Amino acid sequence: MTIAMTITEKILASHAGKDSVSPGELIDVSVDLALANDITAPLAFRVFEELGPKDVFDPERIALVPDHFVPNKDIASAQQAKIMSEFASKHNIKHYFELGDSGIEHVILPEKGLVIPGDLVIGADSHTCTYGALGAFSAGVGSTDLGVILGTGRIWLKVPATIKLIYKGNLKPWVGGKDLILFTLGLIGVEGAVYETMEFAGEVIQGLSMDQRLTMANMAVEGGAKNGIFEPDDITRAYVEQRSERKGHYWASDPDAQYARVVEIDVDQIGPQVAAPHSPDNVFPVSEIGSVRLDQVVIGSCTNGRIEDLRVAAGILKGRSVARGTRLIVIPGSPRIYKEAIQEGIITTLLNAKAVISPPTCGPCLGGHMGVLADGEKAISTTNRNFIGRMGHPGSEVYLASPAVAAASAVLGKIASPDDI
Amino acid sequence: MKSKGKIWKFGDHVDTDLIIPARFLNVSDKNELAKNCFVDVKPDFARTVQPGDIIIAGINFGCGSSREHAPLAIKAAGISVIIAKSFARIFYRNAFNIGLPILESTEAADAFSEGDDVSVDLSSGEIADPDGARRFFAKPIPEFMREIIDAGGLVDYIRKKMAA
Ligand code: SF4
Repeated sequence: MTIAMTITEKILASHAGKDSVSPGELIDVSVDLALANDITAPLAFRVFEELGPKDVFDPERIALVPDHFVPNKDIASAQQAKIMSEFASKHNIKHYFELGDSGIEHVILPEKGLVIPGDLVIGADSHTCTYGALGAFSAGVGSTDLGVILGTGRIWLKVPATIKLIYKGNLKPWVGGKDLILFTLGLIGVEGAVYETMEFAGEVIQGLSMDQRLTMANMAVEGGAKNGIFEPDDITRAYVEQRSERKGHYWASDPDAQYARVVEIDVDQIGPQVAAPHSPDNVFPVSEIGSVRLDQVVIGSCTNGRIEDLRVAAGILKGRSVARGTRLIVIPGSPRIYKEAIQEGIITTLLNAKAVISPPTCGPCLGGHMGVLADGEKAISTTNRNFIGRMGHPGSEVYLASPAVAAASAVLGKIASPDDI
Repeated sequence: MKSKGKIWKFGDHVDTDLIIPARFLNVSDKNELAKNCFVDVKPDFARTVQPGDIIIAGINFGCGSSREHAPLAIKAAGISVIIAKSFARIFYRNAFNIGLPILESTEAADAFSEGDDVSVDLSSGEIADPDGARRFFAKPIPEFMREIIDAGGLVDYIRKKMAA
């Protein structure tokens, strides 16, 4: 008899060498791709060196992406980036990306075809859960776990129970993946899915583009989830086949698979959403947010720094200008997106509107550089976290929203819906 | 193993940006990190924390990023154990992996206040006042996690396994 399983359970079982797994079980799995960035990699290397093996488990299955503080913002950051590039050349790491080729880790890995359906990806970055959009299992860990993977190619995991989120109805204008995930976080809370999987399903989800799916899976961790996942379909296939020679494994959940909870969400009622300070689950419809004057608007990050996001923003900013007293910073997530944005005229539109364009980097998302906030300043951002001090001074405030809301807000200098302009 | 110390009390959802803001992550030395631990919420913490002190917090402690710099900073600051109602997933793993003991107890988190003296028995999970007037038992640590702690952290645990 075969046991009914969810897609997450099937991917985990296949990497544990088992026919089936069930929630709560501790398993030892093989890792298809291990990821670290300029903050987490140096610590992970230290662990790897303490562990003892001379060689990494597989130089072709490790991705090292400098993205947080690059182009190096200060001497200390430069030292960390140097540790990465030295490790990469010593160990012949195939997927180490230098500036010019590099972008935000969770933008470039799917873009370069390094993750395909059915993969098991572990990264020393909490937003590693982004790759669930491709029908892969992916989860974030700390540097010690990653250091051990560098040496062994394996990790122990507890099989998570799954929450199935079913989205039904028709999306309103200006509503997309970002609004759906913000709404969901408002519903379940930042601890709503701790240790669990968020499985995104339903007719609305099937109609979402890959960029929008990546946005949603990205923020699964904001609900505390171990991973977020989408069943791969024709949209996935079309995306992956242009990018990877490898054949993916297109798992689907069994109809009688067991879920911890099933939540149905009627999207007909959902308008553009905003998460107010200081938590991603402090979510309101933009229409209820009141008058919030803005010092800064940021469009970018691993949540919303992709071409579709920039297209939406440029569509709203075309022929308009950023309000006086407000700064708009746009950060294409990768060099490829930057180039596409130039070719499509997006960058010219944005520059005409008085936006400033940053090279691909995490930058202000974590208050690193390229747009840090001062005491008392308010920003709206397409990023994923608005904790106290996340973008700079602990006295600053961050609101989270979609690129459409961010662009409209830049034009009006206060939080606004695209319908307001 | 017993630890004894004064309590530093926190609320729910203490995120990793509060534990160690990202602007200080351009170094990975744990003693440097400890200097800025909780700097935005309890600016005196790093200067006045004593070795052995204990953190007590509400639900979802350590939510947010995967930065292991967070438990490392707390450990290097001298904290001997964190007791919370619950922990965020990645923080929970990281704490065990680097050998920072953590316990879950809703009762203890509600009962004790900032500055209280408390002793914690890590093997039994007992959390108590000096006079034993208030005594609580934390949720038992899963056996597999205990093996990691007994080995002295994940690195030593894996080393042992590789040698076997
Ligand atoms: S863009 Fe922001 S959330 Fe994404 S990896 Fe960079 S710092 Fe983290």
